Amino acid sequence: MTGEIGQFALCLALALALVEAIAGLAGAQPANALARRVAAASAAGLLVFVGLSFAALTYASVSDDFSILNVAQNSHTLKPLIYKISGVWGNHEGSMLLWVLVLSVYSAAVAWSRRGSERLTSAALGVQGLVAAAFIVFILFTSNPFVRLDPAPFEGAGLNPLLQDFGLAVHPPMLYTGYVGLSAAFAYAAAALITRERDWARAARPFMLAAWIALTLGIALGSWWAYYELGWGGFWFWDPVENASLMPWLIATALLHSALATERTGAFRSWSLLLAIAGFSLSLIGTFLVRSGVLSSVHAFASDPTRGLYILVLIFGAIGGALALFAWRAPGLEEGTAFAPVSRETALLLNNVFLTAAAATVFIGTLYPLVLDSLTGTRLSVGPPYFALTFAPIFFALLLLVPFGPRLSWQRGDLRAALRTLGPAFGIAAVAGVAIFAFTTPRTLAGAGAFALAAWLLAASVVDVVRRGWRLLPAAALAHAGLAVTLIGVAGTTLWRSEALEVLAPGESMEIAGYTLRLDDVVGAQGPNYQAARANVTVLRGGRTLAVMHPERRLFPAERQETVETAIRTTIVSDLYLALGDRRDAGHWTLRAYVNPLAPFIWLGALVMALGGFAALWSRLRRPRAMPAAHPAPAE
Amino acid sequence: MRRVLAALFFVSCAMAAIAAPAPGTLADPAQEARARNLQKELRCMVCQGESIDESSAPLAADLRALIREHIKRGESDDDIKRYLVARYGDFILMEPPFDADTYALWLTPFAVLIVAAGVAIWVVRRAAKAPQAEA
Repeated sequence: MTGEIGQFALCLALALALVEAIAGLAGAQPANALARRVAAASAAGLLVFVGLSFAALTYASVSDDFSILNVAQNSHTLKPLIYKISGVWGNHEGSMLLWVLVLSVYSAAVAWSRRGSERLTSAALGVQGLVAAAFIVFILFTSNPFVRLDPAPFEGAGLNPLLQDFGLAVHPPMLYTGYVGLSAAFAYAAAALITRERDWARAARPFMLAAWIALTLGIALGSWWAYYELGWGGFWFWDPVENASLMPWLIATALLHSALATERTGAFRSWSLLLAIAGFSLSLIGTFLVRSGVLSSVHAFASDPTRGLYILVLIFGAIGGALALFAWRAPGLEEGTAFAPVSRETALLLNNVFLTAAAATVFIGTLYPLVLDSLTGTRLSVGPPYFALTFAPIFFALLLLVPFGPRLSWQRGDLRAALRTLGPAFGIAAVAGVAIFAFTTPRTLAGAGAFALAAWLLAASVVDVVRRGWRLLPAAALAHAGLAVTLIGVAGTTLWRSEALEVLAPGESMEIAGYTLRLDDVVGAQGPNYQAARANVTVLRGGRTLAVMHPERRLFPAERQETVETAIRTTIVSDLYLALGDRRDAGHWTLRAYVNPLAPFIWLGALVMALGGFAALWSRLRRPRAMPAAHPAPAE
Repeated sequence: MRRVLAALFFVSCAMAAIAAPAPGTLADPAQEARARNLQKELRCMVCQGESIDESSAPLAADLRALIREHIKRGESDDDIKRYLVARYGDFILMEPPFDADTYALWLTPFAVLIVAAGVAIWVVRRAAKAPQAEA
């Protein structure tokens, strides 16, 4: 029954999504108050029925209902409960359902928030209804998670053990909250074009902020997972899957800044609309192309042509439709008020120049090998060295300019005054750079530069808070400081990491960066659905025992796969990272060790950035819904 | 979810990476450092985006040994790269070459930056001339 309930609820949800689309778009006409109420009601109904459908699939997974193909393929009776739940979105079909669930939450939130005018809200609901309908059709016809299996097997095939992990259980919902949040910004942008409303940026801002926070945290979680689970100590590989989530983040960041100007002075009005469209387009591309496998190989598309074709139609429909609407309506938009070359507006514009170029770099670096392969058959690798030579300089240039933005006033800023207040920050940056260059080994200019840049950003944020006080939540200062913290982590780990790989017999030791690691023994252990080989490694420094660490290898019999469970001992300023290799002859084991200086700062920085986002969101939600026209006041 | 596919690709490599034999290091530390640097610039052909330094499927292990052979014979880094590219194609280089196939790849980021900067200058100049209305 569960499967049928889920299927039926999803069909009803499709009907409601269509009603929401039609009523919402009809409600964009001034006279149609009834249509607006219908649209809001169907948004609520959509949430109820998609929620019911998702609950049905979750129940099927938790109760080991292997008569449902999706559960049989992705679950197992012995799998711990949390992974039976997270396994729901650990596969293509379920993750699409999660996508629609998040979308319907956002749609209900738009219906409830009433931040824009009634017509704007209604048109936004209409656009969300269209997107929801397109996705539900896609699920029902090409990726149905409720397909039955007859006869039902006694046991499921299990979930990829790499995904049976807390970080990866939380990562997808977080990332989807970000991706789909951009669909809310997109819906408001399209609604603004449809209704010719001016005030869309203010209505959409809480959704942009929520999306940006979720994307920031989602990407950080993914990176953290890769760090501790994959077992070679890296945190970012520039692989297409990661790049697909980075591009929407870059565009969302650009949008947050550009929309700030649009909201306050009406500047960059069409550009902000275009960014909202681009952000959601990249989310769609990220969702689909990664899931359909096309990013790893162009040939993956051929394996399921119906699905691939539908995806292409959906992506081109959404992007093409939005751009056509833009081309039709944008030329009629009013221009914003004047601003001087030295002003907050110009600073935000520069931010957008660099972020757009950075996003374009990731885009071409990710897709170029695919395009080249399909056009000429030449295979090419675009690896980290490419991004180090293109993305890194562009992004560093942006970071260098970040402190100026908050220092300049709207419309006409005072560069001299900005430089004066930033004087101390500049001094601190110079001292930090010189100190790093003088006192660290190996001595690197890159390290000195990175730390000077980080100190520059941090000190500028402190200056910001000191001058404005804590009364106003220092959202920008926090977000910018977060960038600095992440930069410190990235630089420390990349430039000063040590590594060692040795084959040890029990009782033997190896050395790394001043630590002595003694492999005491390797014992067997039994987990809920795996068997583990667990090493006891004593960590000594200067003859004193610091800790005993337990890196593991786990064998999952149901999935016939092995995973590496790393052991990480962190002092916040440095990680000692151990991964147990395979068993060699005569009781020898390989042991891989890394010392990653400052590694935790990478993810700590993302947390601080997200905190800045929360501060902005909080001060937004506290404000009365109808704000009087903007006058020069401190930005958030 | 973004990572399911990556994970699937990583599985083979991750397992292999840990299973790899400790590299037979070269006696001369300078030569060994060269080998390590080269490894980082070469791609593991059977993995998803990993260098042969971090991911060691059996092929990557073979390549590491091969690099050391060639270093011992006194070949330069460029010689070794040329040899490997002749055998495996540009795909093996983590850093794509700069040639007719890749001009667009290398130049697009900076072209976008320059064009965007140009547009920004145009916007700022126009905004400076716009009527000074009350914000």
